[in-house]
Amino acid sequence: MPQIFSSNANGIARFVLWGALFVGMFVALGGTALLRSSFLTGVGEAVAQPVPFSHKHHVGQLGIDCRYCHNGVETSSSAGLPATEVCMTCHSQLFTNAAMLAPVRASLASGRPLQWKRVNTVPDFVFFNHSIHVAKGVACETCHGEVDDLPLMARAEPLSMEWCLVCHRDPEPNLRPPQNIFLMHWKPPEDIDRIRKSLTSVLDIHPETMTDCYVCHR
Amino acid sequence: MARTAAVGRAPPVLRGRHDFPEISGRIAGVVLNGRLPRYFWAAFFLCFVLVLVLFYSITYLVAIGVGKLGIDMPVVWGTMISNFVWWIGIGHAGTLISAVLLLLRQPWRASINRFAEAMTLFAVAMAGLFPILHLGRPWFFYWLLPLPNTHMHWPQWRSPLVWDFAAIATYAIVSLLFWFMGLLPDLAMLRDRAKTRGAQLFYGILAMGWRGSARHWARYRVVYYLMAALATPLVVSVHSIVSLDFTFAITPGYHSTIFPPYFVAGALLSGFAMVLTIAIPLRWAFSVEDLITLRHMDNAAKLMIASGLIVAYGYASEAFFAWYSGEAWERTMMVQRAVGPYSTLFWIMLACNVGVLQLLWLRRVRLNMPALFAIAVIVNIGMWIERYVIVVSGPSRDFLPSAWGDQSLTWLDFGILFGSIGTFFALIFLFVRILPAITIFEVEELAEETGRVA
Amino acid sequence: MSATAETKPAAAQSPASLARRAADKDIWRSLEELADSGEFRRFIESEFPAIAARLPMQVNRRTLLKLAGASLAMAGLTACSEAESIVPYVRQPENIVPGRPLHYATALSSEGYGIGVIVESHEGRPTKIEGNPDHPSSRGATDAIMQAAVLALFDPDRSRVPLKNGEPAGYGDFLADMAKLSADWAASSGQGGALLVETTTSPTMKAQLEDLRSLYRKLRVYRHDPLAVPAGTAATAKLFGRALAPVYHFDRADVILSLDADFLGEGPGRLAYARNFADRRRVRRPGDTMNRLYAVETTPTLTGAAADRRKAVRPSEVESLAAALQAGLAAAPQWLAAAIEDLVGAGRNSLVVPGERQGPFVHAAAHGFNQRSGAIGTTVDFIAPPDALRVDGDLVALCDAIAGKEVDSVVVLGANPGFTAPADLDVRAAFSRLKLLVHWGLYRDETAQLAHWHVPAAHDLESWSDVSGHDGTVSIVQPLIRPLYGGRTAHEMIAALAGRFDVDAPGLVRETWAKRLDDGAWREALRDGLVAGSAAAPVAVETGTGLTDLKPEPVSQGLEVRFVIDPWLRDSRHANCAWLQELPRPLTKQVWGNAALISPATAGRLQLETGQVVNLAHGGRSIDAPVWIMPGHPDETVTLPLGFGRRTGSVAALAGGFDAYRLRTSDAMWFAGGVTLTARADTARLVTTQHHHAMEGRAIVRRASLDHFRERPDFVRDDVPPAPTESLYPDWPYDQEAWGMSIDLSACIGCMACVSACQAENNSPTVGPDECALGHEMHWLRVDRYYAGPPDDPETLFQPVPCMQCEKAPCEIVCPVNATVHTHDGLNAQVYNRCIGTRYCSQNCPYKVRRFNFLEYQPYGEEAGPEQAAHNPDVSVRSRGVMEKCTYCVQRISEARIHAQVDNRAIADGEVVTACQQACPTRAISFGNLNDKRAAVLREKGAPHSYALLEELNTRPRTTYLGRIRNPGNAAVAAEKGRTDG
Repeated sequence: MPQIFSSNANGIARFVLWGALFVGMFVALGGTALLRSSFLTGVGEAVAQPVPFSHKHHVGQLGIDCRYCHNGVETSSSAGLPATEVCMTCHSQLFTNAAMLAPVRASLASGRPLQWKRVNTVPDFVFFNHSIHVAKGVACETCHGEVDDLPLMARAEPLSMEWCLVCHRDPEPNLRPPQNIFLMHWKPPEDIDRIRKSLTSVLDIHPETMTDCYVCHR
Repeated sequence: MARTAAVGRAPPVLRGRHDFPEISGRIAGVVLNGRLPRYFWAAFFLCFVLVLVLFYSITYLVAIGVGKLGIDMPVVWGTMISNFVWWIGIGHAGTLISAVLLLLRQPWRASINRFAEAMTLFAVAMAGLFPILHLGRPWFFYWLLPLPNTHMHWPQWRSPLVWDFAAIATYAIVSLLFWFMGLLPDLAMLRDRAKTRGAQLFYGILAMGWRGSARHWARYRVVYYLMAALATPLVVSVHSIVSLDFTFAITPGYHSTIFPPYFVAGALLSGFAMVLTIAIPLRWAFSVEDLITLRHMDNAAKLMIASGLIVAYGYASEAFFAWYSGEAWERTMMVQRAVGPYSTLFWIMLACNVGVLQLLWLRRVRLNMPALFAIAVIVNIGMWIERYVIVVSGPSRDFLPSAWGDQSLTWLDFGILFGSIGTFFALIFLFVRILPAITIFEVEELAEETGRVA
Repeated sequence: MSATAETKPAAAQSPASLARRAADKDIWRSLEELADSGEFRRFIESEFPAIAARLPMQVNRRTLLKLAGASLAMAGLTACSEAESIVPYVRQPENIVPGRPLHYATALSSEGYGIGVIVESHEGRPTKIEGNPDHPSSRGATDAIMQAAVLALFDPDRSRVPLKNGEPAGYGDFLADMAKLSADWAASSGQGGALLVETTTSPTMKAQLEDLRSLYRKLRVYRHDPLAVPAGTAATAKLFGRALAPVYHFDRADVILSLDADFLGEGPGRLAYARNFADRRRVRRPGDTMNRLYAVETTPTLTGAAADRRKAVRPSEVESLAAALQAGLAAAPQWLAAAIEDLVGAGRNSLVVPGERQGPFVHAAAHGFNQRSGAIGTTVDFIAPPDALRVDGDLVALCDAIAGKEVDSVVVLGANPGFTAPADLDVRAAFSRLKLLVHWGLYRDETAQLAHWHVPAAHDLESWSDVSGHDGTVSIVQPLIRPLYGGRTAHEMIAALAGRFDVDAPGLVRETWAKRLDDGAWREALRDGLVAGSAAAPVAVETGTGLTDLKPEPVSQGLEVRFVIDPWLRDSRHANCAWLQELPRPLTKQVWGNAALISPATAGRLQLETGQVVNLAHGGRSIDAPVWIMPGHPDETVTLPLGFGRRTGSVAALAGGFDAYRLRTSDAMWFAGGVTLTARADTARLVTTQHHHAMEGRAIVRRASLDHFRERPDFVRDDVPPAPTESLYPDWPYDQEAWGMSIDLSACIGCMACVSACQAENNSPTVGPDECALGHEMHWLRVDRYYAGPPDDPETLFQPVPCMQCEKAPCEIVCPVNATVHTHDGLNAQVYNRCIGTRYCSQNCPYKVRRFNFLEYQPYGEEAGPEQAAHNPDVSVRSRGVMEKCTYCVQRISEARIHAQVDNRAIADGEVVTACQQACPTRAISFGNLNDKRAAVLREKGAPHSYALLEELNTRPRTTYLGRIRNPGNAAVAAEKGRTDG
């Protein structure tokens, strides 16, 4: 009776069995890594805007305060984007006929709003509030990165639940004195740990309450 | 010889005289030169139609929503749960036969363990569907698993549903391995007897190079018995854990310590009922009455009535403790179960699982195949009703009368139930077609031991 | 003025803080500014396509802005998850901060009377109605209908364009036709012209009508209001020599006798009356006193359910009882004699309230008694009727005039005679004879279909107007949003008839008040939501001719019919509002339909089952109606609720029910005798949300009489096992807040305002009649209604059941994915986006307060209609397969906490107010932080009769109840011993 399988069948069988095991492990590990890669989170990818607005120029070089444009940040859930008027307060005088500002002038003339592309976004079921973070010593920089280096805005952090929770469980490392909230490239003083400790008590921060689901999901 | 004598009036495990080539030839023949009777394919086609029904129902359920099932407020659990419990229960007989009876050295199990294990496997596969179909958002079922996710969020280990998930997964894996292990020698035999290249490759690969050497057999024994030992606790644990889904809740009619043992007994009852439902037509169809003999039927029937009595005791103690607890809602619920919206089902359940079952005391009935078959089917129906009654009667009459309400089943409930039954039997048919439904080598052993070898 | 000062948390309004916030806002100019920046069509199309797509073509661009506002909030908070773009304003209106609501004071009209409200507005999108604490008719409370106003505003079925003979036409064309009409009228001094108006209390409208009359001398004004009850003024005219309207002061009444009056559920003063009535029933210590209410009623009502002693009588018997009251003790039956004695004992603090539907004699007898007992001036005042209007008659008169060729062109303002006319009037025939029929209304209703011209009306929230409350207090009605569908106000219509086409509504209203209010006072009136000191002064009454020529009607034989108004649909004007259709009726718990109510005894005599269809015949007319066996209903009487049977409007068409107007004739508007009832074979589906009405002997609603309470203040502990104290699970630490709620069952009148408010606040979907029939309804808060005692005269018990927020919550331990979890402040949070729908939590909830989205109940994106603009942007809209439940309005808690934390202070008591608590007319619900020793809720929970529902299960509910205490007087003590006899 002829052999059904050649002599190296055993080797093949072993290879297949072990191979399957390794492939499985690779897929599992790769998957978990992929979920956190900028490939999915979009961290660091500059987003093209109708007007190539440069935070680098306005914040970094001109030193305009965040709140000049994002004026809801201290009082409202949404920081807000500047109305066309706000852009034109300066640009009615400066670069009055720069080509790149044409859309802005058009917007004011036609009364049609500018349509900025969204860079930082969270899902519907996440209720984020800017005012409370700013009030409790979380700086713009902490979540939005050093925007004054960015000619075009890009997402600085993954904004995943994991990322939120790391800070909500232990906010202290991300706190800074209220007067420095809107600073970029802020260098913490040596006694920062002591300051942060005192901030936690002064600002009445209770980490144990900050991981309740309804803090973000309602 | 002595063994058969000892058995006394009990019918013999094997009838007639056999030799090895004849046994293996007959059993392997069914598979290899697949000359299967027309009614086999007719029955298979019928089941296949039900498979399509299942696919349609599931698609509809997932696309439109669980609201199309009978469930409502307050009875938010329904047939998806009762189907799940029922199928899991059916699986148990297979494991009991193959593992427990093996360890107890019950040789008669030989000719029925193979398809009993297959039955277990397919039953568990069916059962596995329902916890997912039950979900409001089935596409997120994997949130029950402890996967490394970017939510930094894990399942809640206090919830019996998570334990369930583990219990079923373990059960499915162990059953599969145990079954495959037992198949190895027969697969090798099929490989050797196969004529066509295709069949040779197919069985050859599955046989994983089994050559039947003494060393192979020695290893086989060790592993097979170890696995039997491993599978045995599952017979008890799986359905106990399933029962915790209920006992963990404070709902009247759920919150009871009697559930674990009584669910296991129920499981065995329905399991053996299903074994008979399959075995009786099988032995007739392939005229292997001399291999699967009245002795097997007789023993299975005896096990049925044994577990049936435990179930009956469960019913009784449930009612007794409802009264003895002195809790208003427990009592009301029990009364409502007997006279309320689901009373009809309740009494049918008692008639099937307690009433009809008593006929098995009579040897005449046990050895009368049509009667035995009928009783087995009735018990299967009764056991499904039992699960459904348990699921719905508690919540429909719980603590605040203002919230009392009933549920009534829709076509979708039945579509999925009968669809799953059809799928189950379709799988059984395929199994019978491509794998030996009777363990060849063990039957040969058995023939030798019982001195039936010509 | 800083934006912070301007928008304190919406939910927590003390009148003071309200006034303060409103104070530093210039309301009407800010609205103008909103409207001025009107460049948002693309804005909407990008951010809010669902709404943009559904907006009418020639809509005022400014309209869009208001809707557009929503998108900013949604883009930031809850917008479509793939929010691709952010669209800022071009010119940001002053005082709008995206993401922060504003609040405006205005008034909603209820049967022509005004009830003051505060409206929450998100970027110009009104989302929530709250009562105006300063308004005498609201006192901060709302009812179900007011809550539903936002849904009605965004109702896509609303009429959107003027129709000429059913064809869309421009408003300009309409004005052109009106110009012709006014020219003709000017020539013929209004010969053949007539106006058909509804009940109105608007000074501006009255003034306009008077002007119109002086302009066209022969012009006639008719009034049609299917709910009109002229008997009261007729009686006062007889009794005191002039037509007057009573204003009751239940806070001063010790003993009250209601002669078929439902003052808790009906009438423009109902919210204030309920508040005053309940304030006299807050018993906390054995020493406290309580008023006593005797109720005579001809159909079960909220007032009867709240009464200490109740007597159900046939409608025609009320007159004879009034006569007995008139004649004094001797003539009265024993139980009435007891009541009279009690009333006399109370002297000037007694009060007899005549049923508004009753005839002049009953009113006269009641007021006569009040006068003799000196109650007038104490518990009741009389004022000039705020709805007084010089009219030439009612609909009947109009039809006669048309038949007599005296009228050939009619302008209908709001009324819908095509549906609500008495059955013996053939309005269609009459109107078809007209040369010109103009209809102005919110919907293209039955009358609009008859009309030559139909003009869309502006909703209350889109209108400039003014309106008086039940005590004459005038509120200025100001718009929250520009008319979505180009609707016009009645004032603009009348102005057009007067030939004034240049004017706008705000101008007309301002005109009316030019003399009385300078600009400062005017802004103040807008800010406060009422014109200070405009309440009508009580009229000193002296006995006029007395009752000489008023005689009681004889008691009629045979089956009688009592027509009632559906509590939510009213005369059917709200029939297209899904929230109201699906809100269970207080007593029957029926939804999406009505039924003919009969007593158990009558049902027994006629062998009728609930749901069986019967034929009711009267005066040659007959209707088929399903029967509902109603415990406590008077025998040999059938109650027919008006308002159902509409077939116009997509929502109204879904509803079941029959049209009782078809049996209602102009001579028997509220009561009819000699009705024949014949059973039919078939049955009809009656959808209800509660199927079981007895407590099964369980200690669910625990209750006692006042005397029993004085003997045993902690009667709620009698005959119930003590609550367990041990638990396997460790106790939670609550070192921050610990929220808790207490519900006073003595104060709860079962009015359902809380349920409606909850639905509005929490974006709860409506599911329609079929899903309700399957038991899939979605109200987070339900008001259970139990009966105790004999079915012919049971005690009716209400129990609001929100989530109990258990400290040992059965739901929390069974969720496999941690979707329902305990929070640091003691809530059972429900995480909708985590829930996968195992439904184990609901299975394990002893209170069954969880609700499951069995199907996709809230379409989103493209399928969603303008209704979604009414959504609260602070609450997720739940999708299919997700469990949801009450979380004490956690979004309000979070908002309050964020504001407190930003200011670095603790949350003050009363700063967080739940939606149900805020709406409740009787203040039955108190809520607060149990760790705050000064919290009001702590005082409530400290009362001796405070108990937790099903406490023996060791769930440790945070929501507790105060046992129900009634004051039936000594005679009934024996009968009242038991507390929990189901």
